[in-house]
Amino acid sequence: MISANLSAIFYLISGVLFILALRGLSSPETSRQGNLFGILGMVIAITVTFLSIGNFSTGFIFVLIFILVGGSIGAFIAYRIPMTAMPELVAGFHSLVGLAAVFVAISAFLNPAAFNLGIPGSIKLGSLIEMSIGAAVGAITFSGSVIAFLKLQGLMSGSPITFKGQHPLNAIILISIVVIIYLLCSTQSSNLFWILLAFSFLIGFLLIIPIGGADMPVVISMLNSYSGWAAAGIGFTLENTALIITGALVGSSGAILSYIMCKGMNRSFFNVILGGFGASEETAGKASKEQRPVKSGNADDAAFLMKNASSVIIVPGYGMAVAQAQHALREMVDTLKKNDIKVSYAIHPVAGRMPGHMNVLLAEANVPYDEVFELEEINNDFANADVAFVIGANDVTNPVAKTDPQSPIYGMPVLDVEKCKSVLFVKRSLSPGYAGIDNDLFYKENTLMLFADAKKMTEDITKNL
Amino acid sequence: MEIDPLIFRLSIFILSIFVGYYVVWSVTPSLHTPLMSVTNAISSVIIVGAIIAGLSGNSETIFNTSSIFGFLAIALAAINIFGGFLVTQRMLAMYKKKKKDK
Repeated sequence: MISANLSAIFYLISGVLFILALRGLSSPETSRQGNLFGILGMVIAITVTFLSIGNFSTGFIFVLIFILVGGSIGAFIAYRIPMTAMPELVAGFHSLVGLAAVFVAISAFLNPAAFNLGIPGSIKLGSLIEMSIGAAVGAITFSGSVIAFLKLQGLMSGSPITFKGQHPLNAIILISIVVIIYLLCSTQSSNLFWILLAFSFLIGFLLIIPIGGADMPVVISMLNSYSGWAAAGIGFTLENTALIITGALVGSSGAILSYIMCKGMNRSFFNVILGGFGASEETAGKASKEQRPVKSGNADDAAFLMKNASSVIIVPGYGMAVAQAQHALREMVDTLKKNDIKVSYAIHPVAGRMPGHMNVLLAEANVPYDEVFELEEINNDFANADVAFVIGANDVTNPVAKTDPQSPIYGMPVLDVEKCKSVLFVKRSLSPGYAGIDNDLFYKENTLMLFADAKKMTEDITKNL
Repeated sequence: MEIDPLIFRLSIFILSIFVGYYVVWSVTPSLHTPLMSVTNAISSVIIVGAIIAGLSGNSETIFNTSSIFGFLAIALAAINIFGGFLVTQRMLAMYKKKKKDK
């Protein structure tokens, strides 16, 4: 058994190691070391907890068994999961953090003495407030992440689910949650605690169902943030520095990512959260659709254009992930490079279903990260490039965002693909993208549409090169 | 008058938010997915609470309602810890620089 002060110091150290873990991610070279710091921090935190309880009885063996069981499941998932399924995985993991926070809060509520928080029925006021906030946020994270997971996995329709009176209903539930927490703290009634959890699960569910598939980057980041705040809430209850530091780090990390994603779509956070974007614009998009001439080509034409180019910029999007085309794409690029053609990749901040989604897929396909550029870094290069190869992206290339103030995506930063000498656009059909609007790029003089599955088309082009 | 320990914890919390803010802004956008998976893993340090909860029973009754929730939380957090760190490691191992000899 080690003293409370000593263990507090060790928790602080593990908190600092977690900060270093995030710091490492500032560049791919330091990132692997950063991850090791994170692991070390976790080992210290767990070891110190064991030592500070100092109870190596039968219970301890059960703790180890549960860690082993959970750990094996986690390790198994981590090794088996395909990189394209990363968004689902992260959403799933968020739900587990949320649920764990809820369980710890329940346990502390039922047996506060074990946590030095008083006795059932008269839990210290401060602790009870922290506990209920932690439990409520944890429950919201859990049910919200489950919905996000189902949507990303395709088990639930990705289109927004909206109904009349949705926003007033959500507002009423949110206000009730605050009122219940207040009543819970003044009466210590355990029934109120269960009602609080039920309401929080419900609101998490209701908050996420109206949000459409392509807004998932914001949702995942937001749930990431929530899981942090839930952990911090529990950290206050347990008076544990490591948890408080981590909770704050994760909370602000998720918040920053949500902000970056919202900025990438030029939409306010509330606009995304209130949801229903795709649904409301869909009709407008269809109505304005007119028959305009489109140039379409085959793999042979595309190969010819690229062979005669000196520089090619590749613009990947979610469609590349769906078609699993990243490996085929890299093979195509290898062939291009053999012909001394300069190739780089342009990534829009909201390409894919989570922040950095495209980068991971390209890294998986062995694309060196110094060939992959962010929007601001590469946008000026389009004017000097010969061919832009758009694979699975749509709205993020739409020039309408720069020209038409009426457009729902007006003001969104887009890749200046149309400035290239020629644009190759791999797409299965002319259907509009997520925002439900037509892409002007399809009808430009210098655009060649390649109607095919992304993976098949890339393979065919490689054959023709 | 003594300062409530809560104030100290609150100070740590607020300062950590600022640390998080600056550290996360310096994360390169290409590593945003590993950032999410690693934050996921570290937020599972909530397992320390779960362990305390799991060991809250006495030697006769290891499993009571409270400790069962603790044990469940241990398993959930463990999935996240192992899954989160390993998948991050797997992702980061894929980020390679251009080969110089080409």
